[in-house]
Amino acid sequence: MTHAMAQHIHGSQMLTANRLADGDVLYRKGAGWVLTLADGDVYDEAGAAAALSAAQSEAGLNTFVSPYLFEVRVSDGVITPVKEREIIRAAGPTVRADLGKQAGDMNV
Amino acid sequence: MSEVTPNMYRYDEFDAQFVSERTEQFAAQVERRLTGELTEDQFKPLRLMNGLYLQLHAYMLRVAVPYGTISSRQMRMLAHIARKYDKGYGHFTTRQNIQYNWPKLVDVPALLRDLATVEMHAIQTSGNCIRNVTADHFAGAAADEIEDPRPLAEIVRQWSSLHPEFVFLPRKFKIAVSGAPNDRAALAYHDMAVEIVRNAEGRTGYKVLVGGGMGRTPYIAQVIGDFVEKTDILAFMESVLRVYNEQGRRDNIYKARIKILTNALGIDEMRRQVEKEFAEIKARGALTVPQAEIDRITAYFAPPAFEALPDEIPTGDKAFQAWTSQNIAKHHAPGYAIATISLKAVGEVPGDATADQMDAIADIMDQFSLGEVRVSHEQNLVLPHVRQKDLPAIFAHLQKIGLATPNAGLITDIIACPGLDYCDLANARSIPIAQSIAKKFEDLDRQHDIGELKIKISGCINACGHHHAGHIGILGVDKKGVEFYQLQLGGSGAEDASIGEIMGPGFTEHEIADAVERVVNVYIAQRNTGERFLETYRRIGMAPFKDAAYEKAAA
Repeated sequence: MTHAMAQHIHGSQMLTANRLADGDVLYRKGAGWVLTLADGDVYDEAGAAAALSAAQSEAGLNTFVSPYLFEVRVSDGVITPVKEREIIRAAGPTVRADLGKQAGDMNV
Repeated sequence: MSEVTPNMYRYDEFDAQFVSERTEQFAAQVERRLTGELTEDQFKPLRLMNGLYLQLHAYMLRVAVPYGTISSRQMRMLAHIARKYDKGYGHFTTRQNIQYNWPKLVDVPALLRDLATVEMHAIQTSGNCIRNVTADHFAGAAADEIEDPRPLAEIVRQWSSLHPEFVFLPRKFKIAVSGAPNDRAALAYHDMAVEIVRNAEGRTGYKVLVGGGMGRTPYIAQVIGDFVEKTDILAFMESVLRVYNEQGRRDNIYKARIKILTNALGIDEMRRQVEKEFAEIKARGALTVPQAEIDRITAYFAPPAFEALPDEIPTGDKAFQAWTSQNIAKHHAPGYAIATISLKAVGEVPGDATADQMDAIADIMDQFSLGEVRVSHEQNLVLPHVRQKDLPAIFAHLQKIGLATPNAGLITDIIACPGLDYCDLANARSIPIAQSIAKKFEDLDRQHDIGELKIKISGCINACGHHHAGHIGILGVDKKGVEFYQLQLGGSGAEDASIGEIMGPGFTEHEIADAVERVVNVYIAQRNTGERFLETYRRIGMAPFKDAAYEKAAA
């Protein structure tokens, strides 16, 4: 929640949240969510604000929590978060390559 | 293998009932959250009161381990939970607790019901309340102990559990207890700490410290009660909490801990106010701990029936000798020893144990340690009562499960918080830094030559990795999304407590281990005979270490 409230939108963005039932990391795609960063939508600044606003209005669906935007760079079609935090969040613990999304370990 | 019941506190009907009721209450709250009856804003404080966080990848559940004591039955349950509800492992923390990194919200009610069957729960492991009380992990076993601190820890646990006056404090409140002059519980870094002392008449009582803490504003605790009588301890502690609850700042989270209040008032004014409150409580005759209750609780911790054995550590091959010389501490009973199980194998995650390791440890506990193990704040496990003659067998069992690393207290026995690999608050990773330093100093002869050197790493200013108290402390910071690591030198969490001094600008992820090595090399070159790193640092100061640390980074 704190992320969403104090955000300055700058550059290409993605929208993320955690799934309520199991905490798994989600990325916004269209009007729904996907489990991998590479499948998510990348927004320009106006699109990002609209996506965040749409997600916040869906809080009553009780499917996800804590939506917030983060900055990414897209090069040759590959999306890379600007911050280390989001790189790790998209993959899993760097010290356990056998766990998390990097290992295909998702609660589909 | 037959399960051994150790001498530790066992729940009475009140404990069992309150844990059971709380578990069902939280199960209903989870259900109401999933159906949307509760919003996230309403639910978040409820889940935090039950130790459930939302971290970087998933939920995280912090299970309370009162004063770090675990029975073999409980250890097997912790293994079961790791297997059934998590990803096959758990993480032992600097608060002597265990955390699970991947539980699903929908599973947490069932998980808590399983935990309750072994008298465990996650209550007061988060939130602005009195947290799980911690203690010397050698309690009841150490040769230097004046008195076993566990009865007091248990009395504090019962008093502080769901204490209605202290459920919404200005901020969290951490209490530690110890009964020995050698401080293994980091007393000086706690909001409040109690040390068992003996007065001039030879009677034991309690020295009470207040206002210590880490975080962004570290302070060493100060003495607020020189000698509190045992029957008065709850009245005295309640007095401290009342002064804090009334005057601690609630307008600024960074200034809300009792360390800030203590230093704003000054210790003399703090003491005056506490003593005034204490006199009022005493005048009403409230909160005296009945001697019969002290005796009843103490009886649970009665020393086991130690056999009469010769005091003789067996000899063995080089690996066994290395382990006994480093991981064995002196027990008060002849023929017995305290054995540290290092959770710091080089290349592994500090504090992590797999479900299989936990089960194997439970077997070792039953066979060799009267069914008991302790979690240390240094993220290791401790077998408190083992026969010296069993040490070779214990060592062989530990070797089989990869937990025979002979590095307790050495440079590779590193405290590290979960950091940015798991934690939502972190600015930088801690675990890979611990691993890279451990790898660099992997050679055991070199570690022994360096001697006692405590490295402690935190991934943010909240200091869960105790970096302020490290002989070498490392703080991870975020510079525009990139991890940097600041060095601090000269900290100590022991009886000679001190706050580490910040060296200067940070190092990159790839530079930090080399910088640590250059710092250690200065110690090796400058130490006097028998001098530990900390003592050399205190003698010669920061300058030579700083010059060396930045030399190569600048080149």
